Amino acid sequence: MAKRRGLMAPPPSFLWTRRIVLTLLALFALVPVYVMISSSVKPLQDVTSTFRWIPTPLTLAPYHDIWYTVPLARYFLNSLIVSASAAVLSVAVAVFAAYAVSRYGFRGKRIFTTAVLSTQMFPGILFALPLFLIFVSIGNATGIPLFGSRGGLIITYLTFSLPFAIWMLTSYFESVPKALDEAALVDGCGPVRALFRVVIPAALPGIVAVTIYAFMTAWGEVLFASVMTNNTTRTLAVGLADYSTQNNVYWNQIMAASLVVSVPVVAGFLIMQRYLVAGLTSGAVK
Amino acid sequence: MRITRVSAVAAAAASVCVLAAACGGGSSSGGSGGGSAGSTKNATITYWASNQGASLQADYNTLNPELKKFKQQTGITVKLQVIGWADLLNRILAATTSGQGPDVVNIGNTWSASLQATGAFLPFDSNTISQVGGTSHFLASAMGSTGAAGQTPTAVPIYSLAYGLYYNKAEFKAAGIANPPATWDEMVADGKKLTKGGNYGLAIEGANPSENIHNVFILSKQKGGSFFDASGNPTFTTAANVAAVQQWVNFMATDKIVNPGDAEYDQNQSLSDFAKGKAAMLLWQAAGTTLKADGMAPDAYGVAAPPVESGTPSASNPDSMVAGINIAVFKGSKNQAAALKFVKFMTSQSESTVLNGKYGSIPPVKAALAATPPANQEQTVLRDVLSNSAVALPQVPKEAQFETTVGAAVKNLFADAAAGKPVSAATVKQQLASAQAQMAG
Amino acid sequence: MTVSIRHDAPSAGSDTGRGRAPDPGRRSSRLWQRVRKGGLPYLFLLPALLLELLIHFIPMIFGILISFKQLTLFFIRNWQGAPWAGWSNYHVAVDFHAAIGSALLHSFWVTCAFTVLAVGLSWLFGTVAAILTQDTFRGRAVLRTIFLTPFALPVYASVIVWAFMFQYNNGLVNQLLHNTLGITSKPSFWLIGHNSFFALVIISIWRNWPFAFLCVMAGLQGIPRDLYEASAIDGAGIWQQIRKITMPSLRAVNQVLVLVLFLWTFNDFTTPFVLFGSSAPSPADVISIHIYQASFITWNFGEGSAMSVLMLLFLLVVTAAYLLVTSRRSSNG
Repeated sequence: MAKRRGLMAPPPSFLWTRRIVLTLLALFALVPVYVMISSSVKPLQDVTSTFRWIPTPLTLAPYHDIWYTVPLARYFLNSLIVSASAAVLSVAVAVFAAYAVSRYGFRGKRIFTTAVLSTQMFPGILFALPLFLIFVSIGNATGIPLFGSRGGLIITYLTFSLPFAIWMLTSYFESVPKALDEAALVDGCGPVRALFRVVIPAALPGIVAVTIYAFMTAWGEVLFASVMTNNTTRTLAVGLADYSTQNNVYWNQIMAASLVVSVPVVAGFLIMQRYLVAGLTSGAVK
Repeated sequence: MRITRVSAVAAAAASVCVLAAACGGGSSSGGSGGGSAGSTKNATITYWASNQGASLQADYNTLNPELKKFKQQTGITVKLQVIGWADLLNRILAATTSGQGPDVVNIGNTWSASLQATGAFLPFDSNTISQVGGTSHFLASAMGSTGAAGQTPTAVPIYSLAYGLYYNKAEFKAAGIANPPATWDEMVADGKKLTKGGNYGLAIEGANPSENIHNVFILSKQKGGSFFDASGNPTFTTAANVAAVQQWVNFMATDKIVNPGDAEYDQNQSLSDFAKGKAAMLLWQAAGTTLKADGMAPDAYGVAAPPVESGTPSASNPDSMVAGINIAVFKGSKNQAAALKFVKFMTSQSESTVLNGKYGSIPPVKAALAATPPANQEQTVLRDVLSNSAVALPQVPKEAQFETTVGAAVKNLFADAAAGKPVSAATVKQQLASAQAQMAG
Repeated sequence: MTVSIRHDAPSAGSDTGRGRAPDPGRRSSRLWQRVRKGGLPYLFLLPALLLELLIHFIPMIFGILISFKQLTLFFIRNWQGAPWAGWSNYHVAVDFHAAIGSALLHSFWVTCAFTVLAVGLSWLFGTVAAILTQDTFRGRAVLRTIFLTPFALPVYASVIVWAFMFQYNNGLVNQLLHNTLGITSKPSFWLIGHNSFFALVIISIWRNWPFAFLCVMAGLQGIPRDLYEASAIDGAGIWQQIRKITMPSLRAVNQVLVLVLFLWTFNDFTTPFVLFGSSAPSPADVISIHIYQASFITWNFGEGSAMSVLMLLFLLVVTAAYLLVTSRRSSNG
């Protein structure tokens, strides 16, 4: 019942601040989306013309053409597979690491956390080249095709999001009272069971947030995808650039394609955000 | 959980391999024995084609029937990948370092000397080039853009282009101008007449380094200048180069025949402005298909040779750079004999005619050029420019650096001009000096 | 406090033990016991460690090696054969009186200013939005989704759209500022010249603040409700609650969040690259693009690697200092 933080109703000053600030932020978030929509229904000649809030004439042709100018469906599928696998694997690996960091004292803990974090400081453009070489060597030596394959991309991306995933999960895990899993251990649970039964449910919002983060990291990466994919494994992030060709830049199709591919992601957010607020309130603690 | 274990094992295995690879030395050139392979029948080669048509998909549609023809003739299967320009150089770079690449690849011809310096491509020495028809099979100007002077070329031309001056017929008529300008002075004078009511005389891509380079290079050539000396060292700050850059930027800064907004263009917006009649002139290579897509009818514009300083355009008084695409064979190719057969096929008279016809480019193959009449007035002009008065950009390994540094300098100068700041010879010289200082090593 | 756990777990550690010790021999089982006691955390860390080793550390060591090599286009095909350059790549990079060094220094300052502005505002927007949407009200779910939308759109397309909006001739921003509101006396350039810096900052904020929102929102869920209820009984108003309870409780999340945003923004390559292409205007010439230009475009990897290593050192120092300061403050507070 008491969904409000306090027992008292918030004062009007708060309500008004909230209305104004949230409206402005929503506008900030949405205006580019609106421009995207309006550009996606313009004929190509009109896209770069003076901006008008309501475009005339309207055309839906770009929504038809996007599938033929570029193999959009394939790129989309590649992106989905790569991003989802990278996100799930990254969170899976990070959950264990974060659990170890937040619940155990062990030698080298500081070194581990610092070293993992330090990887985020290395500019991608620098280790891109060595990484290609490594992948190619692995391919030559073992026959596992990492270079140019989805698998190689998945491993790369999951590692990209791993450091922050570990860090963020550690801090979310630390906010889960230790008494909870200690109680579980006393009750005879193993540490893994305690993790799955107690800590993960309690930290679910954090895990969801980290999953979204890991998904988006993979979803938007450009540099590595540009070199490490071929035309069958190409992801959307780089594939959209194919609408911009030597002779023509199909602005309206770029916009239409972006909107189409974003719809499932936004829908996913809608579903996920329910879990973002579930967590402790519905979980084990009261 | 299972999966993480598997990947952990893979990772462990991988790091061992890396160490092994690091110690193993650079054996990136797979089967460089090359031409020895006796039979090429049933061979399969990979071909990275550059994007030439309206879309990547259109390129597949154009090329696949030709590859089928090739298979019928030789039994060789060609696996095709069309690669967008945004990726092509990076992909070639990765292929060069890792040795994991295609057999045959298209390259922008201005990259020729840079890529030649890496040693990644098969040199077309006299024996090799005779397998694809010999040097005289190709147009001399196009062959001039296949590698550094005095070195064995590492590519042959496949599609060629040159710059033309596109002009809006209706606007010229309305301004009472009978003929397109033949000199820059005339162009400025005409441009001033055409600049009125929000429309401008000339459209340019001020923020596009390559376009800036192509144009200032030619302006400098016409003044007898050069951006590199005979030994390949940069000479950016010579009087001719400073004057050329200043002249190019002054079309906007002092002549005011270019919309200041053009200073930020780098995505073909100048073509769309020209198509909409917002600018009456445009310097471009084969703009026809794009203009059509932007809604401009082919009879609404005319094409003339680009202006020169004075006199008539010629090889010594050039009015265009040699633009185009070359085709090259990777040294690491396991099947060089088949790869060379494919290059021979792609540059044969019949294929050169078919492909250049479809792409609206100019065949760099003499026989193809002679056998097919130009499709329209645009083609007539561009062919003439390419054959008689186009010169190659500097064929030096540092060409890429030159485009980056000087291209960026000109972009900065346009930004100044657009903001209304004066662009003096001293400013230009200072920018060029700083560009030159960044040409490390 | 009640925790319901089923009591059927046979013994501690059985989950991890299963299938890991096929040999039931005494020695190995004793070993296993030891591993179980002290080694468990290491086991948990192993996958993460191996992956980081493969994708980050080994390439990083290569990168550092390359920075001591003269790896130009003449050598990339046989890069092991590239001659050693000693410290010369570093000398060139830090010679701030020469062209390359001074350009790098300029780029460094631009990046610092860009990062401070973009991170500060992204954090502020995200935190404010998360706190204001903490209570339930009508339309909250919709708003939350709207706020996350910029995060979901493909980067390439979002940056292109912003570039559209920032166009000099036809862009929405100039229309709004100049034609509709009349704030500026003439249209401004946003993609070249000085404003390009702010264009980059605005786009970066737009792309990153949803992430801050997401993290803070998740962090807010961890604050026990009784804290608010207790303070409400003590008569604290909502503003006071935000100051006294919400903000201090977010400290742990914020510590990580700000660091994440900082490193992200500092190294962001995609946004400036899509916005400006390979040559950014000098006022917005951030380090990632600068190094890309110095290495990828011109194929001079030794030089680019040296610059990257310098950046790495800088970021290490900043991060260490940051962690030291924030950890001390949180343990004092």
